[in-house]
Amino acid sequence: MDARRGSLPVPRVRQVGFFTPNAQPAPTRSQSGPPDSSSPPLSDSPASNSLSPVMIPPPRHHSDNLAAAPRPTSPLPVPEPSPFRRRGADNNNALLVGSYNPAETLLAMSPSSSHVGDGESEETMSGGWFRRSNSGKLASSLPSGTFDFSPVQSTAEALKPNKVQNPVGISVLNNTILAEVSARPAPKEQQPEAPSSSKQPKPKLTKAERRALQESQRAAKAAAKAVAAPEEVATIKSVKQHQTQKKDAPQVAVSVAASERKGGDKSQEKERRKDAPAPRMQFDDKSRVEKAKRRSVVDQTEAKKRVELFRHLPQYEHGTQLADLESKFLQLDPMHPAIYKVGLQYLAGDISGGNARCIAMLQAFQQVVKDYSTPPEKTLPRDLTAKISSYVSFFTQCRPLSMSMGNAIRFLKNRIAKLSPSLSESESKSSICTDIDRFINEKIVLADRVIVQHASSKVKDGDVLLVYGSSCVVEMVLLHSHELGKQFRVIVVDSRPKLEGKALLRRLVAKGVHCTYTHINAVSYVMHEVTKVFLGASSVLSNGTVYSRVGTACVAMVAHAFRVPVIICCEAYKFHERVQLDSICSNELGDPDAIGKVPGRMDVNYLNDVSNSGNLQLLNLMYDATPADYVSMIVTDYGMIPPTSVPVIVREYRRDHLLI
Amino acid sequence: MKEQTTRAMWWRSPSFILDNRQQQPNDTARRDALSIPLSSPLPPSTTMADPNPNPNPNPNPLTDKISAYYQTRAAHHGVVSSDWLAQAQAAVGHLPEGDDDASNNDQGAPSGKPFSVIDEFNNWRKQPDLAEAVAAIRALAAVIRNSQATTMMELEIELKKASDSLKSWDTTSISLTAGCDLFMRYVTRTSALEYEDFNSAKTRLIERAEKFGEISYKARKIIAMLSQDFIFDGCTILVHGFSRVVLEVLKTAAQSKKLFRVFCTEGRPDRTGLRLSNELAKLDVPVKLLIDSAVAYSMDEVDMVFVGADGVVESGGIINMMGTYQIALVAHSMNKPVYVAAESYKFARLYPLDQKDMGPALRPIEFGVPIPSKVEVETSARDYTPPQYLTLLFTDLGVLTPSVVSDELIQLYL
Repeated sequence: MDARRGSLPVPRVRQVGFFTPNAQPAPTRSQSGPPDSSSPPLSDSPASNSLSPVMIPPPRHHSDNLAAAPRPTSPLPVPEPSPFRRRGADNNNALLVGSYNPAETLLAMSPSSSHVGDGESEETMSGGWFRRSNSGKLASSLPSGTFDFSPVQSTAEALKPNKVQNPVGISVLNNTILAEVSARPAPKEQQPEAPSSSKQPKPKLTKAERRALQESQRAAKAAAKAVAAPEEVATIKSVKQHQTQKKDAPQVAVSVAASERKGGDKSQEKERRKDAPAPRMQFDDKSRVEKAKRRSVVDQTEAKKRVELFRHLPQYEHGTQLADLESKFLQLDPMHPAIYKVGLQYLAGDISGGNARCIAMLQAFQQVVKDYSTPPEKTLPRDLTAKISSYVSFFTQCRPLSMSMGNAIRFLKNRIAKLSPSLSESESKSSICTDIDRFINEKIVLADRVIVQHASSKVKDGDVLLVYGSSCVVEMVLLHSHELGKQFRVIVVDSRPKLEGKALLRRLVAKGVHCTYTHINAVSYVMHEVTKVFLGASSVLSNGTVYSRVGTACVAMVAHAFRVPVIICCEAYKFHERVQLDSICSNELGDPDAIGKVPGRMDVNYLNDVSNSGNLQLLNLMYDATPADYVSMIVTDYGMIPPTSVPVIVREYRRDHLLI
Repeated sequence: MKEQTTRAMWWRSPSFILDNRQQQPNDTARRDALSIPLSSPLPPSTTMADPNPNPNPNPNPLTDKISAYYQTRAAHHGVVSSDWLAQAQAAVGHLPEGDDDASNNDQGAPSGKPFSVIDEFNNWRKQPDLAEAVAAIRALAAVIRNSQATTMMELEIELKKASDSLKSWDTTSISLTAGCDLFMRYVTRTSALEYEDFNSAKTRLIERAEKFGEISYKARKIIAMLSQDFIFDGCTILVHGFSRVVLEVLKTAAQSKKLFRVFCTEGRPDRTGLRLSNELAKLDVPVKLLIDSAVAYSMDEVDMVFVGADGVVESGGIINMMGTYQIALVAHSMNKPVYVAAESYKFARLYPLDQKDMGPALRPIEFGVPIPSKVEVETSARDYTPPQYLTLLFTDLGVLTPSVVSDELIQLYL
């Protein structure tokens, strides 16, 4: 790869995520290159340091329970217990031979790698748990986590020469294991040294090597110690975990390291949890990504090439996971079929649009609640919340959640938490179901109706309305105004690659609305005849920024320059208290091939052969942020408000959102 | 053409306005002669025999030639000489008041309620110092007092009916609508209502209503107090039109011995600026009168612009007498602060997107010379000033930036 990208890991200072002193393992793990790494497509994988395909659910801070292997039955807040994953992975191997598309060989990494070296690649793919399970040491008892140290360590040592000889291929596996070893004891004083050990592998068995050796020895010692007194450590640790952690994920295997560094690190960890409420995972934070990947259900293959500025966002190879997930359907016992179905629909893009996604999710949850029965020795509020969290993270893996969905989830969890303990199980369940129904009804369906009422009062005879993309509320506004007999014309502005405007256009024309269709390139040309611009929004943030389909900002700015009022139609449940200034920090990356390729046009597919070239990066952003200055009015279920009043709604009705 | 001018002059004359209110029988005849549509903006309010319980003089503002709101304003402080007005009021005011009382006593039946609301409102409205909205608030309070409802629900429905009839009395008046809405909000939103028996609840409602009326009445004084910090010695203030609040502000400033001078715009077409300059001259404040088109010319001497408002809308902008927008634009481009003095009962849940996006309030304009019939005349009486051109709003809720208006509105209405 080009020098810029290759050098990127080296200057990286920020180590927000975890205590691991070794910065290297993340890319290698996710890349899962085979040890020989001589095949051309794979050899560049470490250098590209693409990250794991998994997202962690926003509110969770997983630094604690990461080291712990979840028990299958346990209600983990994390997406997936390992055994299922393992099975899934195995199945994956078997299945992908058939379903695997040869054309995608270069892009789809994980299947190929899993063919290369079975044991190792599995190891690399999923970290320590596979190792554990392979060596038959997976046990539900607490100390078991410590047992697998010796094998891991020994592998690491065995592989060391390999690393020295083959610095370019970087002996992915080797690094991974090293990381494993060093991550576990993780004494603080090792932190500055460790990166050097992994980052300068060239010198023949020098300082770095020795240090690595030392490290592993120390780890071994620690492991031995832990084996000697596993029970106490475990109990101490688990107690501590219960104190520090909100989620009571049962600690199956507790890292020795964690128990060793009780004092200072604990507070540090607490602090970290406090000051980093990152709502979204930063995908350039390798350690976190690595951890997230371990618990993923969806084996999303990460894209090889990613645009520099957007590394913190997840980018997956599109089209590889669907078959994979479908095949896993029968294995994933704890995943409710309704959840699974909706997740797959997200993944395939069958459900899109903020409201549709949110309703689908809520209805799936409703199904879950209906079929739910509290396991023995559990309480419904806690167990159900945990379950829902795990489902949410599954959804997140399928497609990053929209902010409106986040709000809906927050509402649901709040309702569950506020359930009166005196209620019987069936009563609580029905109460939750009605709450979900009410949310859908009041916050979405009725809200839409109110918005339509308000917005269509702004449509006057002789208006020329410009709409962009396809927003269902805007469509309802147009149709309602048309039904009211108002004489107006609509200009549908559309953009590649989704071309959602065509569907809208079709529906409008079918109803007899006068329409003009154009692409966003022509927006400055058509704007002079426009009298009002109606836009939808995925979310409206506290500073009035409108977060919406990419291109919205462009349309709004052109409209502003032409002094055309820009009206945003957005339900209040999509308001979010976050503040965002640009479209970079938080966004979603779409399939980069979608913008590189033009379907059905052979003559313009210039990028067909260069799309794999190292110096071409395709960026397909899904959303953008429109500053409040360009928005004249936001039509919401509380009426027509200026963008400056969004925080008021958020403040005044936050409680309302949660409690209805 | 001749007729047009005469008509314009006629409309402007105070006698017409007062006559019209009294609904003299010969009035209709005269209006017929003047080819004025019969759907006159003023209700047949004092004719007791009128069976119509809910007179709606302004059913469709588009068909009306003149905004009732501006008629009232003209009656209160047009070019009318104040002594004449006082006389006229003394003459007119007594009779209908007696009539109203009689009507209240005569037809105490619930069906007569909305009818009497209008009367009550008209009575209050005759005080030139009392804003229309405050008059409406007082009238609504009287509705509660006179109500014969026996349940809260009944009372609320009655109140709703009354406020609806008031609102439909003049759809062009923003403050009337807003005042009625706010009253309903303020009065009926008492948390303790459900726990009391009806009579105590009713007295509570009346208390609240009186209180609201008091607050609204005192609003002008509060605003005048709040704005004193912004008027400094030696400053030059540009005012537009005649606003009772702005007058109050300037009066208070003059009384507290501040030295300032005022530029008054002429305030065409009803020349309300002239009246303001008269009032200010009485207070010994140095006043300079400008024609409306001299605003930009004299803006460099001006330190601040003070305007009133017909209505404050959700975006934080104001709807005010025609010409406010251009003054605000000029002031904005010269970096002069634009202050708005407005009572909180003028806060309306409206959101105009542009100048045309409002219910039109039309007003005849006299040009002094015959206008050819082919020439169209813009008769709109007010314009909308977007919030980005306003610096601060002085309200009885405090000194607000434009964006806070919407916050307050959300809290008031939701």
